[in-house]
Amino acid sequence: MNEILWISLEALIKAIIILSLLLLSAAISVYLERKLSAWIQLRIGPNRVGPFGLLQPIVDVVKLIMKEDIVPNGANKFLHGLAPVISLAVAIMVWAVIPVADPIKIGDHIIQMGISPNADIGILFILAMTSVGVYGIALAGWSSNNKYSLLGGLRSSAQMISYELSMGLAILSIILISGSFSLSDIVNQQFSHWGGFRWNIFIQPLGFLIFLTTAFAETNRAPFDLPEAEQELVSGYNTEYSGMRFGMFFLAEYANMATSSAIITLLYLGGWTLPFAPSAIGLEQGTWILGLVQFVIFAIKIYLLVMFFIWVRWTVPRFRYDQLMRLGWKVLLPLALLNLILTSFGVLFINH
Amino acid sequence: MNIKHNIESDRLTFWEKIYIPEIAKGLASTFKTMFQPKFTRSYPEEKMVPSPSFRGRPVLVQEEEGGRCVACGLCSRVCPALAIEVQPAETDKEKERFPKVFEINMLRCIFCGFCEEVCPEEAIVMSQDYELVFTSQEDAILPKEKLLVPIKNLQDRLEWLRQYR
Repeated sequence: MNEILWISLEALIKAIIILSLLLLSAAISVYLERKLSAWIQLRIGPNRVGPFGLLQPIVDVVKLIMKEDIVPNGANKFLHGLAPVISLAVAIMVWAVIPVADPIKIGDHIIQMGISPNADIGILFILAMTSVGVYGIALAGWSSNNKYSLLGGLRSSAQMISYELSMGLAILSIILISGSFSLSDIVNQQFSHWGGFRWNIFIQPLGFLIFLTTAFAETNRAPFDLPEAEQELVSGYNTEYSGMRFGMFFLAEYANMATSSAIITLLYLGGWTLPFAPSAIGLEQGTWILGLVQFVIFAIKIYLLVMFFIWVRWTVPRFRYDQLMRLGWKVLLPLALLNLILTSFGVLFINH
Repeated sequence: MNIKHNIESDRLTFWEKIYIPEIAKGLASTFKTMFQPKFTRSYPEEKMVPSPSFRGRPVLVQEEEGGRCVACGLCSRVCPALAIEVQPAETDKEKERFPKVFEINMLRCIFCGFCEEVCPEEAIVMSQDYELVFTSQEDAILPKEKLLVPIKNLQDRLEWLRQYR
């Protein structure tokens, strides 16, 4: 009984740490987005609040909290309130199975870095959760009693369902290679060959491209931000949202971006590992310093990817809806299937 | 003529249809842009210095012995927005007439510069002052005291007028 208490306490503390880090990272992503978009457009970007405008995201959040929360007439009040909660909750819940570093030892306790990083179903859980994310957006669109919201919600559900297939197939190729659903195993497997440099991006370049594209579509980011296409749909599914409810959608978008980057990092870019053994720079396996260093490496990789997301958003124009569907069903799906077949032949060939 | 054979996707080459090299080109372009000098001016710290041809707030020229204005009322007559009000008065000095009241309503002024063009004494000119903020409608009606500007601050504009008017 006592042991269960300690385990749940440990999980609770880790959950609180990861949750606050995730929300902080959303704030940093917002700042990065505004700064990078400004630089790409030859502007300066936020520079008034705090040094270099670093406090801008906090001010934004304060503004959102202070704003009036409007529920439109004829909206389904319960679902209108529930939708942003679903979006945000799903974005956060994925982090339950994401490991951030190798386990560390304190005394004779082994502490896993991550809330439940050794879960056998890691990837399946992530896929399930991102699928539930559709509900948040579709319900937001439907319950707002607004045609633009509804169109945005419908678009996003069609888009997410179409791209989830290719994403699943790309992940399946990775699973074939590593032989495990657990994210820790996948990372360790990438690290244990070729002197730590057998990142999946090198043996699965096509899969990486497919996964990257579908990740853009899943997070509703440009060039696939049709659900919130300003020119056509005002603001899409969140047209009728204001105040902190809109803030939750906003937060969920950036949290999703960080989550997608984390998954790409784990699956294709070797997670928290660098292409040499940690003992090469004098760090022993299992010490807390190594855990910290690995976490920082992981965070840097995530942020480089987040910056890539932002960079692409301010470069590539939005797809038209028929182009989006054609890309999803006629290009990515056959490519993902081809990739899966080639990978399975490869795995079969090497194993025999 | 068959329009079908001139659709854009037929004109693209294979590499353009693949789309990824084109995206890479676009990314390279935006990446270069990121490090170019910025276009934005940090306004309150660094201010724009307008050229002499700039038409800012209309002001009255003030010389050592007083204003140049003789209150002929031409500016008030020509003003298309009816922003200027002049009431003349007389003195015993060499310059007999002077404006008792000279008001420009900055809420009405459209910065057309007609007053400056029509003025026979070169007494009203457009300055380079563009920071026009008022907290009430009464404040926006500028009296004579606020309109008078020493002549040495207006040399650029007067020089420009002599050359181009």
